[in-house]
Amino acid sequence: MGLSPVLWQFLVKWMTNFAIIPPEASRIAPQVDALLVFMTLVSLVGLVLVGLLVTAFSILYRREKHPVAVQIEGSTLLEATWTIIPLGLFLVMFVWGSVLYFRIYTPPPNAMNIYVVGKQWMWKAEHPGGQHEINSLHVPINQPIQITLISQDVFHSFSIPAFRVKREAIPGRYTTVWFEATQVGTYHLFCTQYCGTNHSAMIGEVDVLTPEDYKKWLADSTSGVSLAQNGERLFASLSCNACHNGQPDSRGPSLANVYGSKLTLSTGQPVLVDEAYLRQAILNPSAHITQGYAPIMPTYQGQVSEEGLISLVEYIKNLSTNYRVQQTLNTTALLPEQPDKVPAKGASAQGVAKP
Amino acid sequence: MSDSHAVAVVGHEEGHSEHPAYQRHHFVSMEQQNETVSFGMWLFLLTEIMFFGGLFTAYLIYRNWYFPAFVAASHTLNLWEGTINTFVLISSSFTMAMGVWCAETKRSKGLIWSLIGTLILGAVFLGIKYDEYHEKYELHHIPGEIFHFNSQGFVHPSAEALKTGEKPLAPDMAAKTEVYFSLYFAMTGMHALHMVIGMVLLSGMLWKASHGGYMNGHIAFVENFGLYWHFVDIVWIFLFPLLYLISRHA
Amino acid sequence: MSTIVSLPDQATARIPKRNYLTNENGLLSWLLTGDHKRIAVLYLISITFFFFIGGALAGMIRLELLTPQSDLMASDTYNKVFTMHGVIMVFLFLVPSVPATLGNFLIPIMIGAKDLAFPKINLLSWYLYLVGGGMTLTAMITGGVDTGWTFTTPMSTHFSNTNVITTGLAIFVAGFSSIFTGLNFIVTIHRMRAPGMTWFKLPLFCWAHYAASILMVLGTPVLAITLVLVVLERTIGIGVFDPTKGGDPILFQHLFWFYSHPAVYIMILPGMGVISEVISTFSRKRVFGYTAVAFSSVAIAVFGFFVWAHHMFIMGVSNYAVLVFSLLTMLVAVPSAIKIFNWAFTLYKGSITFETPMLYAFGFMGLFTIGGLTGVFLGSSGTDIHLTETYFIVAHFHFVMVGGMLMAFLSGVHFWWPKMTGRMYPEKISQLAAVVTFIGFNFTFFPQFLLGMLGMPRRYAAYPHEFQVLNVFSTAGASILGVGYLLPMIYLIWSLKYGEVAGNNPWQATGLEWQIQSPPLTENFTTIPIVTQDVYDYEWLERQKEHEVTHVG
Repeated sequence: MGLSPVLWQFLVKWMTNFAIIPPEASRIAPQVDALLVFMTLVSLVGLVLVGLLVTAFSILYRREKHPVAVQIEGSTLLEATWTIIPLGLFLVMFVWGSVLYFRIYTPPPNAMNIYVVGKQWMWKAEHPGGQHEINSLHVPINQPIQITLISQDVFHSFSIPAFRVKREAIPGRYTTVWFEATQVGTYHLFCTQYCGTNHSAMIGEVDVLTPEDYKKWLADSTSGVSLAQNGERLFASLSCNACHNGQPDSRGPSLANVYGSKLTLSTGQPVLVDEAYLRQAILNPSAHITQGYAPIMPTYQGQVSEEGLISLVEYIKNLSTNYRVQQTLNTTALLPEQPDKVPAKGASAQGVAKP
Repeated sequence: MSDSHAVAVVGHEEGHSEHPAYQRHHFVSMEQQNETVSFGMWLFLLTEIMFFGGLFTAYLIYRNWYFPAFVAASHTLNLWEGTINTFVLISSSFTMAMGVWCAETKRSKGLIWSLIGTLILGAVFLGIKYDEYHEKYELHHIPGEIFHFNSQGFVHPSAEALKTGEKPLAPDMAAKTEVYFSLYFAMTGMHALHMVIGMVLLSGMLWKASHGGYMNGHIAFVENFGLYWHFVDIVWIFLFPLLYLISRHA
Repeated sequence: MSTIVSLPDQATARIPKRNYLTNENGLLSWLLTGDHKRIAVLYLISITFFFFIGGALAGMIRLELLTPQSDLMASDTYNKVFTMHGVIMVFLFLVPSVPATLGNFLIPIMIGAKDLAFPKINLLSWYLYLVGGGMTLTAMITGGVDTGWTFTTPMSTHFSNTNVITTGLAIFVAGFSSIFTGLNFIVTIHRMRAPGMTWFKLPLFCWAHYAASILMVLGTPVLAITLVLVVLERTIGIGVFDPTKGGDPILFQHLFWFYSHPAVYIMILPGMGVISEVISTFSRKRVFGYTAVAFSSVAIAVFGFFVWAHHMFIMGVSNYAVLVFSLLTMLVAVPSAIKIFNWAFTLYKGSITFETPMLYAFGFMGLFTIGGLTGVFLGSSGTDIHLTETYFIVAHFHFVMVGGMLMAFLSGVHFWWPKMTGRMYPEKISQLAAVVTFIGFNFTFFPQFLLGMLGMPRRYAAYPHEFQVLNVFSTAGASILGVGYLLPMIYLIWSLKYGEVAGNNPWQATGLEWQIQSPPLTENFTTIPIVTQDVYDYEWLERQKEHEVTHVG
């Protein structure tokens, strides 16, 4: 046969690994795929219909067969048909797609939060327990994970095709996405927004682990200082506690239980305190003055790194009883049994080496 | 299959020599030409609206976000110079309108003097604008690193700011005045650029008018330039309240 | 396969001595011309030049992607290559392609005018195009630019140290070329129509250009001011889009896509106009549902302005905005569906022949249908999350732009070639080229849909191994496609001298442009026509045939 050996090799390789969709490794993936299949079918029907019409008319009414054309103005009924039917189908896709959209971007309340910072050209993941990773992400199976994303330079985009999720990492604001992995394995983590020279090297791996393996991994890779603890140290070293000390006469409002609450700003506007609000309040305090306080807080723009901000936010979140309780509820099964039992880093590495 | 079956013949064969001197060959009549040109001008002004529209959008969004900074920065503008400039520009629109009227009624002297008046008023406007820019330059209020933008003047507690009875700003909000000045210079700069282009055209028109031009009824250029000049004026009529006025009592 | 070409008897056939090409001689008579037909020819030459530069860059991209590693060029070079490919193809080829060449040549003739409303502005727009193109080339030669054609801030303003300013200003200048062309078309169609040429006697080509012109005139200025702000941000460091100064990079996205989404309709609408003319002519039938096709062009133009944020579904725009923009995106898909079905039904009870323009038109219908339907995948917000920023989107817009617009462009060039040059292109080889293009195109871009489904991100110089097979297919297809594009280039130039003399109306088409000599006179019509017949009135044409045939000039 005339095929070159190289091409033949490729064909064999492709046919043996033939796949047109990536693995369905998250709770949402089969739902996205269902809509994709529906759309593909509708498109195929549409394409075949157009193809059949064109081919059939071309054969039936070619010059040899049909020398004189019959002039037709049009047909309101027909035109209405092919206006309304596509419109109806598109609206179905719109509603179905929107439902999915809201599912993909609305994390469930019991999601475990992991921070991811994008920078040229790497993904830095910050686990609440203080584990840091670069270009890799370890997550437990069957546990909703919320990713809070931010970029410290240009736009990046956090994409895990196997989970059918993607979210832009934007400089200067938090965005979130969530997923619940359903298959143990290693999956691609891509940056899909063009971000400069080594854009195509900004890739990593998502490792979905069983709860046991995840516990091991947590214990193995802990830095010894959780995000909140790190935040507490920063809080002190930046002298935040000089004002935010919870004393009745303090110059700044108390931060205990502030996360998740509704504040009233000095402008009279109510706001919900979430991660994004906390970050903004540190960088641009004067736009977020709590009612009853003077706009005296200096800005920390340029003085704290994105990771530092994440630690601070995490610390403030931990000052909130509700959040602590919820976090404990969600992750008890996953966290290493006793944090104080976790041996020092070198020792733990030894301990886990033989499973 | 020739060129005129489609068609009955319109009147007699028209030679180019029968056209009025100012009629371009591809128009059927002077009336069609004038309508076409003025329609084109209006359409061009529409693109100009979209051009400034992008800036207005940005301005309104950021004003909403950084309201205190925009108020404080707006207060540093020289209201008197702005007001005078508004009157200067409206007057120049009036002299321009006079010019168009003079051209229509074939008053050569009137046209020349109106154009001179418009030119002078335009120059006065730019002069005052220059003075305002210069003041901003000295205060380091021109955005960007190369002009050493400095928002210290807006920071609380600043004796200077308190003296003028204005609300002092926290440092982070004061820094946002740079966004205001970015847009201030982008908007007024684009406006000034339109003024400069207008004045170049105006000079050309003046030269032609002083050599007896526009006295034969062919005044499409004067009319359309008038439209342009009024448009530039109207842009200012929007810029002035947005940049100078609406924050005064906030 | 029968044809309707009715060439004049070879013995008597001749190119009219006096025509727009021979009217004046010398380079200056071209460079200072006000004649819309000559400007169209100038545009045709210049956009072909840029098309082949952009095409060469595309070839480099495909070669690099043959292997998973970035081995042919460093990733930095690759980034510059795809950026320049995008910039050149979008701003210097696709946007001016059909309007500035065929539109420029035909709109005045189709409506019975002697020229566009503003011949000097028309010439100016060509010079602006050249300046923009020259600046782009300068930027490319002196180090390139690596921001992607979308100039995303803060990448373009603070993190790239390449020629962003030159390229930005080049697009600014080329943008004004586009504004002036659009303005000229709108004014011409409004004010210059011959007596009797009512709006509903306009060829659909004019309707499509009218709609595209609205987009050019209203959209392009927003791009212009956005680029000005980017350039100012790079040069003096103002803070409108800079997050560290309180600016919002998302605002840049909004402003950019406010132009750049309508821009895809600027690119495709004129192509749709070409297809309407071609399908009608070669099936000898009035376009099915003329009014619906005409209004669908306008509907696309209007809706096209309100869908821009669908490029930003994953960027954290509010959920309500996502709902609204997703819904509007679905609505804008409907007029395109209407057009496709109306064209298909134009064939019904026609008397169809299969000359090259018709083959390209069939290609257009198939590929544009795929391109349009896959656009719905991206307009639906839930599936957009998975598919956006992958090769799916690359495949989608190449199906629309290359499969759609370039097919339409080639269809139109072949269709009106006899009118523009007075000579026929060689039919057999051009039919072959059309088929080769179609096959090569599908080979190149269909695998990219699969790559996108699998999640391969776009703009990657290196990629994981499992994507290689499909990339090899794509690259192989690209080489076929390259042949498909070189062929017309060669035989069309050949036909300038050796092609058969075409005569006035080789296709027996009804448009006013076919009722005058080929190539036309500089003034198009010796007398302004009074239009009495309906548009696409083939019965009227039959009656006219009885009259005597005479040449002018």
